[in-house]
Amino acid sequence: MAATDGASPNFAQRAAPILAGVLTLAALALLWQAVCQLGYINKFVAPAPLDIARSFPSLFIDENLAGRFLQTFGETFLSAGLAVAVGIPLGWFLHHKKLAGLAFESWVGGLAAAPLVLAYPLFLVLFGRNTATIVAMSFLSGLPAMVLKTKEGLDGTKRVLVNVGLSFGLKPATLFRKILLPAAMPSIANGVRLALILALINVVGVEFLINLGGLGELIDGLAQRWELAGMFGAILFVILTSVAFFWTTARVEKWFRPHG
Amino acid sequence: MAAILSVEGVSKRFATSEGPVHAIDNVSFAVRSGEFVSVIGPSGCGKSTLFNIIGGLIDGHEGRVAVNGEEVKGPHRAVGMVFQEESAFPWRTTLENVAFPLEIAGMGKAERLARARDLVKLVGLEGFENRYPSEMSGGMRQRSSLARTLAFSPQVLLMDEPFAALDEQTRLLLGDKILQIQQQLKQTTLLITHNIAEAVQLSDRVLVMTYRPGRIKRVIEIDLPRPRSSAVLGSDAFGHYVATVWKDLREEASLGLSESEAALGHRH
Repeated sequence: MAATDGASPNFAQRAAPILAGVLTLAALALLWQAVCQLGYINKFVAPAPLDIARSFPSLFIDENLAGRFLQTFGETFLSAGLAVAVGIPLGWFLHHKKLAGLAFESWVGGLAAAPLVLAYPLFLVLFGRNTATIVAMSFLSGLPAMVLKTKEGLDGTKRVLVNVGLSFGLKPATLFRKILLPAAMPSIANGVRLALILALINVVGVEFLINLGGLGELIDGLAQRWELAGMFGAILFVILTSVAFFWTTARVEKWFRPHG
Repeated sequence: MAAILSVEGVSKRFATSEGPVHAIDNVSFAVRSGEFVSVIGPSGCGKSTLFNIIGGLIDGHEGRVAVNGEEVKGPHRAVGMVFQEESAFPWRTTLENVAFPLEIAGMGKAERLARARDLVKLVGLEGFENRYPSEMSGGMRQRSSLARTLAFSPQVLLMDEPFAALDEQTRLLLGDKILQIQQQLKQTTLLITHNIAEAVQLSDRVLVMTYRPGRIKRVIEIDLPRPRSSAVLGSDAFGHYVATVWKDLREEASLGLSESEAALGHRH
């Protein structure tokens, strides 16, 4: 039942959507398992969920899943961190300089839509087959979201809040720090979340393409060896990592700003 | 008593896509220390433009605005503004909102929170110090904004239809609260409004503006006894003042209505 009277939803009301999602996934996994066991799907095309689950111990012990995760995690955080550090000032610039905003916003949007991963040969030439290529490409894939979301948040700040600051005689730097930035924070936090997810996708993708460490290389290696259960397990692990990133950033944002 | 706020020959024109608009023309008046003055006029008469000019938020006007003889050339330390739109910072609690100008001024945390608590109490929000704006009603949010502006200790409090978005009963009760605060602080106040009853209930003087371009058509002294409350609404004298203001305003409001309807007709 929806909480329409303004009261906080109780535990059952809060748990219901999560439970519905988990049960749906479990039902799909059961269906998949049944279809595999009945022989409708060849296990060399798609392994059964139970086989995927059984592959995890081997992934951790033989394939160093934890170490690879830490490598991918580190590259992702570095890339996303750079995207945040560069994206917020750029977003502010496009907000502050109207002409620049009008001129370049669609370009940045275009960059967000471009399949940057296809440009990996160029980055290999520029940076070599090393972590720098992975970080540079992942940084560029997360940057547009960060720029656009920062600009969107700053553009959407209610004029009256800025006027309040001006009426108190705030200088531009204080106005930005005390009013514009907090007002734009929900949108900026969305940008951080998107930058993190896009960086993760890109890091794994480039690791896969150039065969250089991390979870991407693991997926490629398992695929080359036709160890499909392990490969699906590694893919599942990447998906779960992505979900965990998304959930954690949402919780952190909620913790910092409980009331918008 | 000497004028604390003086507005002399202020005019403002705006360039719009439909040609230049002469918003206000040669507006002059003065507000004495401790006085409560309302500016009333029909929609589109330039009331908010005047509010923004006095607050120093827009420039490029003719004439002069001065506070204590010092010309206003931008946001001024002596002028505190309460806006028509909800302006409480949604990421701050009531107490943090009210303490905001003190924080900007560099006041120590303990001192500014103590001062903010006093003002929260003054506007009747005691017990709601730790609530966020989203957890309060529109009237409470406007009181929080009022307290925040009062924390700035302005010499002139400038309010632009602060109760416009509220229902009539809340508006009357907040009017009582404004009267009580004005009585207590002897706060010089300039209220921009389109509500005749509100203007008469609160003011020592009401300045009636013409429709575009906005000019001061008439100044009406409100000689109702103070301290006042919304109980004054039932008196004959109150009715007389409301009728007097409306007599002047009706012609202007009709003009405004005709022009806006004609403009709508042209568009279709």
